[in-house]
Amino acid sequence: MARPGVRGGLRLNAHTERSTEHPLRPASPVESLVLPLDQHAGAAAVPLVKPGDRVLHGQPIAEPGGGISAWLHSPASGTVAAIEPRPAPHRMGAPTLSIVVANDKRDERYGAASPPRFEELSPQQLRDTIGRGGVVGLGGAVFPTATKLAGAADASGLRLLLNGAECEPYISCDDMLMRERARDIVFGARVLLHALAAQTCVIAIEDDTPQPAAALSAAIAEAHDDRIQLRLVATIYPAGGEKQLIATVFGVEVPTGGLPADVSTVCLNVGTVAAVAQWIRDARPLTSRIVTVTGDGVREQRNLDVPLGTPMAALIYDCGGYTGRMSRLIMGGSMMGQALPHDDLPVIKATNCIIAASPLDLQQRGPEMPCIRCGNCSAVCPAVLLPQQLHWYTQARDLQALETHGLLDCIECGCCDYVCPSQIPLAERFRDMKPALLEKLTADANADAARARFDARTARLDRIERERDAALAKKRQELTKKS
Amino acid sequence: MPFATAPAPHVVAPSSVARVMRQVLYALVPTVVLHGVFFGPGLLIQIVLGVATALLCEAAALRLRGKPLPPFLLDGSAIITAVLLALCLPPLAPWWLVVSGVAFAILVAKHLFGGLGANPFNPAMVGYAVLLVSFPARLLQWLPPDVPGMQPTDLSAMETLTTILTGSPPARFTWDAITSPTPLDALRTDLALGMTMGEAHARALFSTFGGKGWEWINLATLAGGIWLLALKIIRWHIPVAMLGALFVCGSVMSAADPGAYAGPLFHLTSGASLLGAFFIATDPVSAATSDRGRLIYGAGIGVLTYVIRTWGGYPDGVAFAVLIMNLAVPLIDRYTIPRIYGHAR
Repeated sequence: MARPGVRGGLRLNAHTERSTEHPLRPASPVESLVLPLDQHAGAAAVPLVKPGDRVLHGQPIAEPGGGISAWLHSPASGTVAAIEPRPAPHRMGAPTLSIVVANDKRDERYGAASPPRFEELSPQQLRDTIGRGGVVGLGGAVFPTATKLAGAADASGLRLLLNGAECEPYISCDDMLMRERARDIVFGARVLLHALAAQTCVIAIEDDTPQPAAALSAAIAEAHDDRIQLRLVATIYPAGGEKQLIATVFGVEVPTGGLPADVSTVCLNVGTVAAVAQWIRDARPLTSRIVTVTGDGVREQRNLDVPLGTPMAALIYDCGGYTGRMSRLIMGGSMMGQALPHDDLPVIKATNCIIAASPLDLQQRGPEMPCIRCGNCSAVCPAVLLPQQLHWYTQARDLQALETHGLLDCIECGCCDYVCPSQIPLAERFRDMKPALLEKLTADANADAARARFDARTARLDRIERERDAALAKKRQELTKKS
Repeated sequence: MPFATAPAPHVVAPSSVARVMRQVLYALVPTVVLHGVFFGPGLLIQIVLGVATALLCEAAALRLRGKPLPPFLLDGSAIITAVLLALCLPPLAPWWLVVSGVAFAILVAKHLFGGLGANPFNPAMVGYAVLLVSFPARLLQWLPPDVPGMQPTDLSAMETLTTILTGSPPARFTWDAITSPTPLDALRTDLALGMTMGEAHARALFSTFGGKGWEWINLATLAGGIWLLALKIIRWHIPVAMLGALFVCGSVMSAADPGAYAGPLFHLTSGASLLGAFFIATDPVSAATSDRGRLIYGAGIGVLTYVIRTWGGYPDGVAFAVLIMNLAVPLIDRYTIPRIYGHAR
């Protein structure tokens, strides 16, 4: 019997040979940095500065705007040029309120008080401290890390799972990070173990590249911390999907609609962990991230340490510019990445990879044919869904059937789409259908609540009437008796 | 710099319906070649007639339904229907048999139910069943295989063609002189006449496992099927379940009464067992879709094939077994939805 939830997936060409040839280097500084206030999951951050203010590298410029939100820090020294809507990559190029920092290129650092040694803080204090570093999930989901830690902290027997299994083809930022900053990851792991009062940490990486494994093994040995182990997993897309990785490593499934904390697990991307380390150890908040610039449409494929807010056009220029074959700009990997309408968009905390794709990187879809029920899609589905049935119900807009067939358990990995001989854009159809289903479920829940309220009210009125009738009857009886 | 956008995923496997169908056709080549070796050029003529009819009917139906011709007409599905049906017919069957069977398969069984991907029944088997019910005698007129110990029907290619086109053999032959029952049919008749298995099996038509010639054709079919499995065009569940069920039924019954029932290997290598297991029951459109569902579906076909062959009135049971299980697919699909990741067991 196969292990729970570990099945399906695809063996895909990683396309990372060229982008991992060169060592990591910082991106060249740019004149102007654009920082969308809503570049993390949850509520948008609220500016702490106003246009014209002088800011320093690492200075907080926006604070969390709600329960789930994150701090934002200036990635350079200079002045706040504007706070205005600017096109953003996570909004498909639509404008969103952003802080624009004019870089003076003097790189003056904000003199944050060096925090105490993390071991001296309580887990609660440490978690709050991590939040002030603006750290969010750098795997692409950009969920505020402090919120994630706080939500899981009450669970007992917590395990920490560090995700170094690069999920999609083309992305190699975690690969390069593990090669060059393995010590940061191990230090971050120790910080997080303390913050969660957890005793085990597994760093999971794919078995296809030896360098990250060697670097991490050395760093773990150097730290003399036997709570931290390295674990190789098979390179099958989407092995690095959070739910898939938890099932592979711990043999348990995250319940539907639940969180990893429900199975005593906190899963964090290795990039996030390194960011935690830099903040806690060096007092350097999250103001830059590693970005893979790759694809046949750019001259120099490599990984760079890029200040947040750097325009993608500048980053591509930094990598030698586009080749003549450039045709599609993708943020993310080839399976789930978002195609962007233009390159005048800033690098944000979610930008793990920019693919300048040429026709060699893309495959033209054939004409869409009817589903022939071949079932290839269900054979590769890592969520154990029946995409061919979901497709059928999507066309019929049968929301009830979509719910029972698990549309909301779809992780949108695109495996079904990839193998479909009828070339049906399944992932897109499922993505488009989810909002309608969520809306229906909310409406159903509201209707249920309303029905419950109505039933309660009816029952209450009935009871009052019965009591009154009973009282009247009693009175009448007494009166009859008297007379 | 502006760029055109497209939804993820940005890469897809270079596969298409036409490619899948083409590979199924290639996998049938060994079967067709060996069929020709043992039974002469009749099958090739039947295939040509069948494919021409299929393409004409497909084009007419697409036109009537207002669908574009280019992607659909050449997707290969109609051609497969025609080839599978032709393989089920006696090589000398008159032309109108294959033409009417294929026409019914494409027009009624496929397009009246919604065309590619929407037909609940396997079109080739619907066509065959209609012919079997309407013209049972014609479907029994098989030829003796061209093997040592048998008297092959000595017809030239031209004579074969005229026999098919006119519906009667050349003047120097009578139907009785050139035709021979299939081994399955012969065995059924002999057992019904009171012979034991041993006596029936001693006849010239039979060899160690199945019928002479037939066992080689079936081996070729098996090879084609294994190739499809290796290419992942089909998955193992249906063939294994169907052949497994047939094997178990054959073993149990022949163990219980070896004199009255044929053994499991005879069943596996006779009639349309292997063609059915790898090429007919695996038609994805009319089969169950989940792995568990396919095991049930395949096993059902195996058991029903055995039952119809052994106690039914028809020479082979694969066609009806497939059609009956097609009918059960919605039910099977409903009760074999796999447990989704993260859902309670």
